[in-house]
Amino acid sequence: MKLDAKIPSGPLELKWDKHRSDLKLIAPANKRKCDVIIVGTGLAGASAAASLGELGYNVKVFCFQDSPRRAHSVAAQGGINAAKNYQNDGDSIYRLFYDTIKGGDFRSREANVFRLAQLSLNIIDQCVAQGVPFARDYGGLLDNRSFGGAQVSRTFYARGQTGQQLLLGAYQSMMRQVAHGRVKLYPRTDMLDLVLINGHAKGIIVRDLITGEISSVAGDAVILATGGYSNVFFLSTNAKGCNVSAIYRAYKKGALFANPCFTQIHPTCIPVSGDYQSKLTLMSESLRNDGRIWVPKKPGDTRHPNDIPEDERDYFLERKYPSYGNLAPRDIASRAAKEVCDEERGVGPGGRGVYLDFSEAIKRLGKRKISERYGNLFEMYERITGENGYEQPMRIYPAPHYTMGGLWVDYNLMSNIPGLFVLGEANFSDHGANRLGASALMQGLADGYFIIPYTIGHYFATAKEPKSSVNNPEFKKAEKDVVNMIKKLLSVKGKRSAVSFHKELGRVMWDNVGMTRSRQSLETALKRVPEIRDEFWQNVIVSGVNETLNQDLENTIRIADFLEFAELLALDALEREESCGGHFRVEYQENGEAKRNDEQFAYVAAWEYQGIGNKPILHKEPLYYEYVQMATRSYKSMTDLL
Amino acid sequence: MNLTLKVWRQKDASSQGYLETIEAKDINQYMSFLEMLDVVNEHLIVEGKEPISFESDCREGICGACSCAINGKPHGGHKGTTTCQLHMRYFKDGDTIVIEPWRSRAFPVIKDLIVDRSAFDRIIQAGGYISVNTGGAHDANSIPVSKEIAETAMDAAACIGCGACVASCKNGSAMLFVAAKVSHLNLLPQGKPEKDYRVKNMVTQMDEEGFGNCTNIGSCAEVCPKEVDLKFIAKMNRDYGLAILKGESRHKPDTISIQAELSELPID
Amino acid sequence: MSVIKNLYYSSVGKKYIMAISGLCLLTFVIGHSLGNLQVFMGKETINRYAHFLQSNKEILWLVRIFLFTMLVLHLWTSIRLWFENRAARPIGYFGNPTPMSSTFASRNMMFMGIVLGCFLVYHILHYTVQVSDINLIGKDFSGAEFQIKGQRDVYKMMINGFSHPLVSLFYILGVGGLCFHISHGAHSLFQSVGINSQYYHRILEKAATILAIILFIGYVSIPVSVLTGILK
Repeated sequence: MKLDAKIPSGPLELKWDKHRSDLKLIAPANKRKCDVIIVGTGLAGASAAASLGELGYNVKVFCFQDSPRRAHSVAAQGGINAAKNYQNDGDSIYRLFYDTIKGGDFRSREANVFRLAQLSLNIIDQCVAQGVPFARDYGGLLDNRSFGGAQVSRTFYARGQTGQQLLLGAYQSMMRQVAHGRVKLYPRTDMLDLVLINGHAKGIIVRDLITGEISSVAGDAVILATGGYSNVFFLSTNAKGCNVSAIYRAYKKGALFANPCFTQIHPTCIPVSGDYQSKLTLMSESLRNDGRIWVPKKPGDTRHPNDIPEDERDYFLERKYPSYGNLAPRDIASRAAKEVCDEERGVGPGGRGVYLDFSEAIKRLGKRKISERYGNLFEMYERITGENGYEQPMRIYPAPHYTMGGLWVDYNLMSNIPGLFVLGEANFSDHGANRLGASALMQGLADGYFIIPYTIGHYFATAKEPKSSVNNPEFKKAEKDVVNMIKKLLSVKGKRSAVSFHKELGRVMWDNVGMTRSRQSLETALKRVPEIRDEFWQNVIVSGVNETLNQDLENTIRIADFLEFAELLALDALEREESCGGHFRVEYQENGEAKRNDEQFAYVAAWEYQGIGNKPILHKEPLYYEYVQMATRSYKSMTDLL
Repeated sequence: MNLTLKVWRQKDASSQGYLETIEAKDINQYMSFLEMLDVVNEHLIVEGKEPISFESDCREGICGACSCAINGKPHGGHKGTTTCQLHMRYFKDGDTIVIEPWRSRAFPVIKDLIVDRSAFDRIIQAGGYISVNTGGAHDANSIPVSKEIAETAMDAAACIGCGACVASCKNGSAMLFVAAKVSHLNLLPQGKPEKDYRVKNMVTQMDEEGFGNCTNIGSCAEVCPKEVDLKFIAKMNRDYGLAILKGESRHKPDTISIQAELSELPID
Repeated sequence: MSVIKNLYYSSVGKKYIMAISGLCLLTFVIGHSLGNLQVFMGKETINRYAHFLQSNKEILWLVRIFLFTMLVLHLWTSIRLWFENRAARPIGYFGNPTPMSSTFASRNMMFMGIVLGCFLVYHILHYTVQVSDINLIGKDFSGAEFQIKGQRDVYKMMINGFSHPLVSLFYILGVGGLCFHISHGAHSLFQSVGINSQYYHRILEKAATILAIILFIGYVSIPVSVLTGILK
């Protein structure tokens, strides 16, 4: 299979404009004859539904939540980047493009990233028009802050709830189309399979989460906007319901899965307190601006942090990276924390945590100033841990947060299966090996508002596939497969709950395919995952029946997919023999810094499914850089605090 | 610690529900309330019993999915806290905890602690948006919005749509939810053109959904995990009063989008 | 017509009806209390005031009809609200916990309204219609005994009317219900018509309580004074 990214020719700045003019249009009267299926109602899904509804397409939207407004985009705190240069600090589309491509450690496509930077401008305009209450300055104009140490202030924000506000904007626009009858909403519905007819994506199989009914939905194109797969680690900052099932089922139907090993770890999360832990809560990284990170020098020191004298504390980030100190980049800070915990110097229950100490900052600036800056975060920390961050150091630990990998898509956001489009975190497209802070929201909305409305029309205008019906044998077959899978799960009647398998899988993945990876750890994972999967299919117990609201069953189905997908993630990590972005292989480092191998690995790894337990086929899409030079991320200057 | 739970069990919407007593053993004070339920559920699953169905997703207090009343108080009744953020240190060994679903006619129980809150989506659908098509927006800074207005709009927009306001209200009223959205959009200059019919349509939809009436008690604002203030209800009332005084608004909400209308015309 | 339709049928409209009719009735209650308190300024003053009211029959009846309409609206709307609100939450929580942040007054507006309603019927029959069977002292307030030079001796009627402890007690009870009702209603009405904000919400609440207390003292001072012999 040859991967054609369909990157338009011409100069970088004009590629998208030229491409838009080249894309074929579809007459308004014909739009209403096109049925579009959208799975997922986060930023990408909801914005796509709203935009396509406005254009006159017949849109059907599916989400597993009770309301589309609950999709996990809602939880993004920090902000959204846009190269508006409102602050007159020298920002430009090119700079945002360069920062993004460099932050992604040169593993993303130039053309895609440049388009993203261009569209960032329209996104802000669109969101403001929708009534997103972005922060304003006293003159009534939009306020910006710098994020993740970027040299320019280009992040727009709505308190610590930017994701929520942007999602509500998209959700409201979508609900307007629901009122107009252009969009039909199917909440509490899980997509369980993709249906191809004549090689084109023509529909999906869904399960009604209230009645358990399995049914087919036919359409002329399928858009997956189902988010990332961080929950493969069991504990992550993702919502409980986030899952890989939709994109994994598409992968099993022939869609290529690209760069699954590119996962991002966020350094400042509230640590795990025990086995019962169900998820990890992220705290804004801005805390590192004023907090100092340390652990006791002595392993197994159980004294209260305030009783540990200054000379028995190890401010390990300041020690190891004197020029950055506590502001070391995400991946560096995360790995350093893991190292000290591996030395049994971690703090808190379970020993997986490091202190984030504000006592010095409070002395320097006063408690009031600190509370002004981080008051809500201190409150959140206290609500969860019961500890007062002003009086004793907070405890933090890294946690899986975002996944850059996803289904392979071309410049039109279409996967290798014609008619199957993938948007947002679910695709692999724009962040390379590492995502910059405040860029996820930007990508989701760019895909949904400004890319898919053009490219899907081109597909309809050129593919000219006949309409399909749910009576097609392909639908019947897919339905039957899903029913059989559920029957099989229910009939195991073993002794262990599905969640216990998920936790076991998560531990294996976190220990071996988490922050640091090695050939040995990855081989361990590749051996352990199939073992857990085998036991799962022999010993899982699922309560209840299919024909009712059954959360245990919903969850078990998702875990079954994670148990297969985990292997792909580990395999990709094993094959990528370099360290780049979120992917850190201990074998490939220089003085503790990640060592990229551009000669051999400057490609997108796209995997083709070959059956459970069989090694998938690797397709490589080489990455060419015409406009930027592939530089090594250096930690010598402040430009790299991204 | 060991706790006794009295949990509302209801097979489906049409069945009769009852309070079932379930023991929760070896609960640790660091657990969140929902993690405590997770632990209980795992025991139930392994024992071959039906686990307790309850809703949750983000577990960090922003998605608005979690929804049980704990000892009669939605989200447990702690200031600015959702059920998923409530931790077990607020309980002590031997406590009996009553866990019930949201109680309101407009939120029918689907199963156990899960209720149907789609009425909220339909209220938003009735006017909780600003009619702007993708692509038509002009520069974001072309309309200045005073900081005060932007902040107040944000206070209202912080609503997570969990429905605790309805659940806490002795009248099952949804005024705080509706008022939050009406205020958010009506306060901003972008939302002004549709101000009148937005408030009329949303209030009408709210009434049709079977929510009760507001008697200005304030339980809603008290339990609201995002601390949405009662003043927004006053704002909605004011906007409603002005809107109906103007009589029928001349511009009814467009029921068909412009593009769709266009498609009615013969093209060739 | 749509204004009236919206007012009558919508939930917010009903709040307006309750608030506006409540405000009218409240204005009357304040005025009535000021009028009654003239009893402390001597027999001539209050009788002159009563005569002033009685001699403008057209205006008196207009006001009465208006107040009665307001009362009916207030009552009718509250009954509709009560039924609707009960239907909106058919099942409550286990053990019927007290609604959060509610006050005795806000929880019991209906109950106090009923107490007040019963009292009002009695009060009107007692002093306005002057049914002698219910004043417990067996005197006919419309008789010659309560007339001075062809004009009514309201002063004497009040002294006599309150001279029976049971009547006074019922009066105090009724006024008590009224004042609790006002302590919630008088600030609630501002919220209902949308004149409220975070800043003066607390002030309005306090003002309503103070108003209710003042009215209570004002009204109750009359029967108390009569019973204790201060007014003779």
